[in-house]
Amino acid sequence: MNLQEFTQSKYNFEECMKCTVCTAYCPVLQVNPLYPGPKQAGPDGERLRLKDPFFFNYALKYCMNCKRCEVACPSGVKVADLIQAARIKHDHSKPKLRDRMLASTDTMGSLARPLAPVVNATIGLGVTKSLLDATLKIDKHRTFPKYSGRSFEGWLKRHAKAQAAFPEQVAYFHGCYVNYNYPQLGKDLVKVLNALGVGVQLLEKEKCCSIALITNGMSGKATKQATHNVGVLRKAIIDKGLKVLTTSSTCSLTLRDEYPGLLGIDNSDIRGAIQIAVRYIYEKLEGGAKLEFKPDYHKKIAYHVPCHMERLGWGVFSEKLLRSIPGVEFTLLDSNCCGIAGTYGFKKENYEASQKIGEPLFNQIREVNPDVVACDCETCKWQIEMSTGYKVMNPISILAEALA
Amino acid sequence: MRFDCVIIGGGLAGLTAGLKLQSKGLDTAIVSTGQNALHFFSGSFASMQEAPAEIIELFSAAGIKLHYEKGVRLMPLGTFRDAELSLEDIELFKAPKFAKKALVVNLSGFHDFFASFLAEGLEKQGISCQIRSINFPELEALAKSPSEMRSVQIARIMDRITDKVIREVRMLLSDEDAVVLPQVFGLQDSAVIEQLRKGIPVRVVFAGTLPPSVPGIRTQMLLKRRYEALGGTFMASDEVLKAHLYEGRVHSIATRNLDNHFIEADNFILATGGYFSKGLRSNPFGISEPIFGLDVRFDENRSAWYNPSFAADQPYMKYGVVTDASLHALREGKALENVFAIGSILGGTRPELGTGAGLAIRSALEASNQILNIK
Repeated sequence: MNLQEFTQSKYNFEECMKCTVCTAYCPVLQVNPLYPGPKQAGPDGERLRLKDPFFFNYALKYCMNCKRCEVACPSGVKVADLIQAARIKHDHSKPKLRDRMLASTDTMGSLARPLAPVVNATIGLGVTKSLLDATLKIDKHRTFPKYSGRSFEGWLKRHAKAQAAFPEQVAYFHGCYVNYNYPQLGKDLVKVLNALGVGVQLLEKEKCCSIALITNGMSGKATKQATHNVGVLRKAIIDKGLKVLTTSSTCSLTLRDEYPGLLGIDNSDIRGAIQIAVRYIYEKLEGGAKLEFKPDYHKKIAYHVPCHMERLGWGVFSEKLLRSIPGVEFTLLDSNCCGIAGTYGFKKENYEASQKIGEPLFNQIREVNPDVVACDCETCKWQIEMSTGYKVMNPISILAEALA
Repeated sequence: MRFDCVIIGGGLAGLTAGLKLQSKGLDTAIVSTGQNALHFFSGSFASMQEAPAEIIELFSAAGIKLHYEKGVRLMPLGTFRDAELSLEDIELFKAPKFAKKALVVNLSGFHDFFASFLAEGLEKQGISCQIRSINFPELEALAKSPSEMRSVQIARIMDRITDKVIREVRMLLSDEDAVVLPQVFGLQDSAVIEQLRKGIPVRVVFAGTLPPSVPGIRTQMLLKRRYEALGGTFMASDEVLKAHLYEGRVHSIATRNLDNHFIEADNFILATGGYFSKGLRSNPFGISEPIFGLDVRFDENRSAWYNPSFAADQPYMKYGVVTDASLHALREGKALENVFAIGSILGGTRPELGTGAGLAIRSALEASNQILNIK
């Protein structure tokens, strides 16, 4: 008989022993004294909030939701979930226009895409940046990712027939970034999977995974989008028997863990079939499939494990795949947060903290001096490229580049 | 995924075994569920009476300087304890009276360091003591959030202003021949410790604070970095849910993050620790080992688990997983051929291997040797 089964508290918060290990690993606490820290904001604060919501502290907004506290916790407390859940439950302030814009990656993408050249030229201008900084408090150091004139969805639809001809099929949750900003990553995935004899399909109509809505105080809209996504994921996974692949660690974590954990949406019937592409490819190769690489490929690669990839525990797949490419000189970077945490680092009030958090990572990258930094997260990519000048590529794109 | 050896547990025992095996050319992985007892590490490896050249070499390659001599060390509440193998942070004395006159220095607003207990303890040894507090404006931002005025947060700042710390301490010194400082230095790099010792003209002694342990975290970080540099796979944030056994051998394990992607290995080392890290689980009816269902030695009579005197040795701390002479773990009375148990999951079942950090290291080396011999 296991009594503990019947006494488990939500997010395991009663398991907290007050050992303070989480506080040693919180990147925000190191740079922002206004943040109460994961222990105080999480399990300690929860005890008070359960007594009276009056004890809710608005400084919880400084949590980046990087989940490093959960990775560090020896007692299995879901510290970051506790903090984000408290924000959802108790913070009823209306999100600012800026936060609504930053969080609505889908809407902004659909609006900007048809006008991509104009939008790209305009948001890249110093004047625009200063204006955004002054009016919306979007930090002027940031550059928005460029919009692509053609969406990935459009591209894949045009190739649907050819993709359907492959004997094996997977569905791809491409996410907003691949669709609106960087379709090349999606194309790279298609290239690698095709080389393995696997065709790629779109989901019926995916919406943004909604992580930015959750962290920007728009959980209502997030729940709607998530419910829609779970519906289309079910169609692919249960009706068609497909696996659904992603190329973004944060999209993966959101679809698998934030939906049930923070939005209360049950995904237990499909969770296991949602996987990051590197895992699927690794398993294919382990099962005997072969990829042909260029004989003369050479690259010095430093791999940064994004925080959410670490939480998912899947960095090992990217690492093993990259190491398996002939001609790759591989360095695993120390486990550090790059500091951007999605939309967090775009906000003027967080910019300085964001850069300070990333410093150890940036310094190590400069020390290693790689040809390219590998990383499974698009916002880490922006942050590292802006802060170090080194080029960042998704491991999938590196695989695609190295293919013969 | 397949490895030569999978180590379950990323604390001192697991990392030591991982380092040794990986440096001998084996392909290994460490599956770790959250951080470990190194975060509570005093800086001395209890019960290491012999000079362990191998461990000094293994750690030195990771950038961790250990020193070995028989002596006593100053404890956080002003008592003294025998110690031998220690991190460079820890001073070892021939006798508790290590100075004539000592200056105990705390930082204003830091409540996790017990200066008055220390002073009282030193006075008892005939060391006359003065307590002084230094007020660093750099710490003021930290003090805004009183719950976070803690060792690690302070160390991050102290390591940036080491020169200033030296100046301030020197200004407080008059005729003392020793300074006692809290262990809030050298979070990333022990060079800070060296710098303080060079810059302060008298003997510098570091005394423990409440956890987390700054030298412990540095040790964990350096061991992990070295392990990964040797090509080891460190899976943080995962948890082993199930082991697949067949005819007295474990052929694979299932983890929370990898669900149906099993991890296979020739050998498995169980280094999941004691009750705190859930290597051992207890409920009112017994004590068990959750992954392999190993045999655990404990008293059937539950009232014998505890000694009502709080400070006494507690019998439950002696309970642990049962092993054969070569540390193979036992299940239903039989040794599992390819599963070794090391570290504090052994409790007091192998008294000859010591306790605490000493047990972790000794059993890790022993199990690693067994595995290397099989190869």
